Amino acid sequence: MASYSTNEFKAGLKVMLDSDPCAIIENEFVKPGKGQAFNRVKIRNLKTGRVIERTFKSGDSLEAADVVDVAMQYLYNDGDFRHFMVPDTFEQYQCNEKAVSDASKWLKDQDMCTVTLWNDSPLSVTPANFVELAIVETDPGVRGDTSGGGGKPATLETGAVVRVPLFVQQGEVIKVDTRTGEYISRVKE
Amino acid sequence: MQADWQPTCSIELLHLRAQILAEIRSFFLTRAVLEVETPLLSYSSGTDPQLDFFTTDYCSYPLQQTLYLQTSPEFAMKRLLAAGSGCIYQICKAFRNGESGRNHNPEFTMLEWYRVGFTLTQLMDEIAELIALLFKERASLNATQRINYQDLFFKYTGLDALLFNYDDYCAFALKSQSLDAIELCKTDHNAWLDFIFSHHIQPSLGKNALCMVYGYPACQSSLARINKDNSKVTDRVEIFINGIELGNGYYELTDAQEQNQRFDEEILVRQQNSRPVIVKNTHLIAALDAGLPECSGMAIGLDRLLMVLTSNKHIDDVIPFSLARS
Repeated sequence: MASYSTNEFKAGLKVMLDSDPCAIIENEFVKPGKGQAFNRVKIRNLKTGRVIERTFKSGDSLEAADVVDVAMQYLYNDGDFRHFMVPDTFEQYQCNEKAVSDASKWLKDQDMCTVTLWNDSPLSVTPANFVELAIVETDPGVRGDTSGGGGKPATLETGAVVRVPLFVQQGEVIKVDTRTGEYISRVKE
Repeated sequence: MQADWQPTCSIELLHLRAQILAEIRSFFLTRAVLEVETPLLSYSSGTDPQLDFFTTDYCSYPLQQTLYLQTSPEFAMKRLLAAGSGCIYQICKAFRNGESGRNHNPEFTMLEWYRVGFTLTQLMDEIAELIALLFKERASLNATQRINYQDLFFKYTGLDALLFNYDDYCAFALKSQSLDAIELCKTDHNAWLDFIFSHHIQPSLGKNALCMVYGYPACQSSLARINKDNSKVTDRVEIFINGIELGNGYYELTDAQEQNQRFDEEILVRQQNSRPVIVKNTHLIAALDAGLPECSGMAIGLDRLLMVLTSNKHIDDVIPFSLARS
């Protein structure tokens, strides 16, 4: 496997650190005019999601991690695993709950999402930035409210709970930003 | 989206840079400090163990020679001082290979000046006056701070910067979640000082103020003179504003023999770290031998000065074309 020098570190680069696949978030070159050059690097551990800060001597290198993001379609949940498919090749992957983690509450059958593979096995799942899901439960709306000042909780078909404006009714389909978990708009059927 | 032919800094910044250059020249003119020019290309380079240089080839058949782009104009300017130039300054380009980042571009603009007969304290007074002049009516600055390196180091870490106690330093690394330091620095006192200073001290220095740190540990003396009252410290000053290192000054070493010895030591360190081999600058040794007047000298990175003046966070924002667009 190739390796990368600190000079090549940039946001998004995938490297191996302490035997775990990691993604570089930020790389800062630090050098006192008369002193040793360092690279202060912010790295996300792709297995745990934790962000750590590490310092390297400039010129040191890390092994590249075989990590790729692949667009896949979510198929179904068999109780133990969730199954995904690459639409072009029909190749299927199964992910355990740990890899799916928080993404599970946004995953609806047939929806597209991103599966991150490490050495060809699923490491994590990222839902699309925006998803459209039906509301299965929410309190009846208040007549006349169109602004939705305070809002109310609504449970979606995938189990996620988001705050929606008061005028939004049970059974309606809404658009949600999965990165923030915020309601965006109603979707006209 | 900017196209690659376009400058990375604004047109306003070009104007500001021109004004700053004019004010610096006028500052030194009124003080009778002579502006000089020295070669950017030289047959040798500094031996600083932490600097990498650019080389180029001089070709005039049958003569072919490797030339170095200067990492600073220090050696040539000291030769002028030894030749009797009196106080001098220069605004020029300096080149440092491999240095690229938020605060670094491999080619940058430097202001360097030497004051014959000045002590380090007198030089620090002049630095403060120059900075105050350049900031006046452009950005507000709080009162100038002057801090001794040892006191500063103790204040932030509880460690003695002049006395290397490996266990204490490791304990600090544990406490400050800098475990990397233990592996990177091992038992190299210098490396520890660089690590701790750049990670835990420098970012807090000079909050909206000029902060001058003086009295560096002797192991970080470079071309500064060892203090005559305390051989553990060196007469060197570094200046910071908002956590950014702007420049470095010395009460200059005038002893040819000691300079020669430091060159040899630095060349040895370079060899141990497998850095490119370098021949020492014998012209400088000869000039010191002939007699360098007692003097103090300072170098300031003008691009970084423009950064702090305009609160820009990246050097590319204050230079027309960064290396990537050169």
